[in-house]
Amino acid sequence: MTSPPLIEVENLRIDLADRSGRVAAAEGVSFRIDRGETFGLVGESGCGKSITALALIGLLRHPLSIGAGTIRFDGRELQNLSAAEQRALRGNRIAMIFQEPMTALNPVSPVGRQIAEMFVLHKGKDWSEANRLAVEALADVRVPAPERRVKDYPHQLSGGMRQRVMIAIALACSPDLLIADEPTTALDVTVQAEIIELMRNLCAERGTAILMISHDLGLVANVCRRVAVMYAGRIVEERGSADIFRAGAHPYTRGLVDSLPRLGSRAALGRTRLTEIAGVVPAIADFPDGCRFNPRCRLATDICRTTAPEITPLDAGGLVRCHHHA
Amino acid sequence: MHEPAKRPGDDVILSVKDLAVHFPIGGGWLGGGHQLVRAVDGVDLELKRGECLGLVGESGCGKSTLALSILGLLVPTRGRIVLDGQVVTGGQSGDRKTLARTVQMVFQDPYASLNPRQTVRRTLEDPLRLHGVTARSEIDDRVAVMLKQVGLRPEQAGRYPHEFSGGQRQRIGIARALILNPRIVICDEPVSALDVSIRAQIINLLLELKETLGLSYIMVSHDLGVVEHMSDRVAVMYLGRIVETGDWREIFERPAHPYTQTLIAAIPDPLRHTPLATTKGELPNPLNPPDGCAFAPRCRHAAAVCQRAPVPPLETRPDGHAVRCWRADEIAAQTALAST
Repeated sequence: MTSPPLIEVENLRIDLADRSGRVAAAEGVSFRIDRGETFGLVGESGCGKSITALALIGLLRHPLSIGAGTIRFDGRELQNLSAAEQRALRGNRIAMIFQEPMTALNPVSPVGRQIAEMFVLHKGKDWSEANRLAVEALADVRVPAPERRVKDYPHQLSGGMRQRVMIAIALACSPDLLIADEPTTALDVTVQAEIIELMRNLCAERGTAILMISHDLGLVANVCRRVAVMYAGRIVEERGSADIFRAGAHPYTRGLVDSLPRLGSRAALGRTRLTEIAGVVPAIADFPDGCRFNPRCRLATDICRTTAPEITPLDAGGLVRCHHHA
Repeated sequence: MHEPAKRPGDDVILSVKDLAVHFPIGGGWLGGGHQLVRAVDGVDLELKRGECLGLVGESGCGKSTLALSILGLLVPTRGRIVLDGQVVTGGQSGDRKTLARTVQMVFQDPYASLNPRQTVRRTLEDPLRLHGVTARSEIDDRVAVMLKQVGLRPEQAGRYPHEFSGGQRQRIGIARALILNPRIVICDEPVSALDVSIRAQIINLLLELKETLGLSYIMVSHDLGVVEHMSDRVAVMYLGRIVETGDWREIFERPAHPYTQTLIAAIPDPLRHTPLATTKGELPNPLNPPDGCAFAPRCRHAAAVCQRAPVPPLETRPDGHAVRCWRADEIAAQTALAST
């Protein structure tokens, strides 16, 4: 790759203001996404994956703010852009779909109008042309009878149909980057499979890169070419998705995979006791010193309790943040 | 009410016969008459002592309605439920207290299902008091023993739910379900609201408690990995009916109903990157279900026979594996041919 990456995040720190001052909800977050690439951020609640996505699209609001680091989109630093310049990027070149389509859609506006708005705001179309494009956009996300469905309000649609509408809005302007934050968590598995295939195909056709955020390792492995695992505000491992879950280098990554009751493993190995990760996910205000995973880690030694490990390259490719990595 | 055993082996602790729960909707909406949602429509089910029965299906399939009927919280439209020899439907459902000593429930969301203003002790001692345990020392003993059994410390009894993490709260939810020594526990998505790294702890705990206390479980879940791990038998529901049931290994290794096959193939696996199985369309409108097989509009094997009434029967094979599909044998033959 000779062209610069589409997104380059360097040493990002996101601060959370609370009564006692500021705490870093995420820090030292660095990654890049190339054009058309699929990249996944995996982790549990509170690990910082969603706020990292919000920082990318410029939607962090009080009490959250960017404390340090840079985000470059297509070579330009996002923090240096004016509010108007950021608005011109948002929805147009960086788009986002959310977990719960019912709360993300406007309940008192027909879905066709919510799609058409994108063409009016970002592409300078008049409303009649934009409405025609909205019908096409609904057809693209395979909503049956799109010319009738554009007149529907969100409550008249099923959860799967609403998420299709969200995708139609997000991809209306053929953005360079689609951020998908738990896009199918609220859906049934058969509907999830359809939405994932749809999102993947449409993005591939348009050359849109995907940043997918999820707690579902299987889903991220399925959609993304590269994956970063986050724990307690830091990226602990970043690898190709074929390697990271098969041979995770960080004890947390391995622990997550081992703790899953994977389909087919009981038939192959019998019912074995699931490997537990001891302890609980720490709250932002109580991130431990040293390596943040150390209180739950079997491999932890003295250095893990005192010194935070740096993120280092692995021989097999990829990065890991661990003193004792595999 | 003692139910005379109709077949050898009274190891059946719960039997559900032709259960139906219909909800009237609207009435007068745009001048129209009442419509019926057949949330559960003719379900037969048996749970054996010490068994874990996995109940699988997507939202709207009727699995929660079925669970609430077994708990006595919904009055069925027809059918009967016999729990540990006691008929709980047909007029005798008034005795909630007796029922509560037999069957209890662990809820999905440990944040919403615990009273935030009650200490853990209060949450656990209220059921005991209602059931006639009033001696302070006995209550304290039973609360302490229960907390230890679910992996909490007795001194934590004075705390409120917000002082616990999600996994610990689910342990409290389990303790509440078990404090009256029930025989059957209905687990409704017990880990889906928990962090991934915490789920294994709760799954292991539930399996341990089942062994040590001799419990029987109905495990309601859409997470097939969890169901496969925990269940002895599995029942798959679609739009109010059971479409397939059998031994866990049969269901997961040789699924016979196209819906079960689709469900299993739609689960993404972190170590295998195969395309996810998709169907066309979505769950049909329960107010206006298809005439024939309810899955036919989404089924890639559907033929003319599937699209017209009657609904295919649930055919039981000699090994106990039962399937509700006209074309199950043809599909199995095709699959066998394709894999040779």
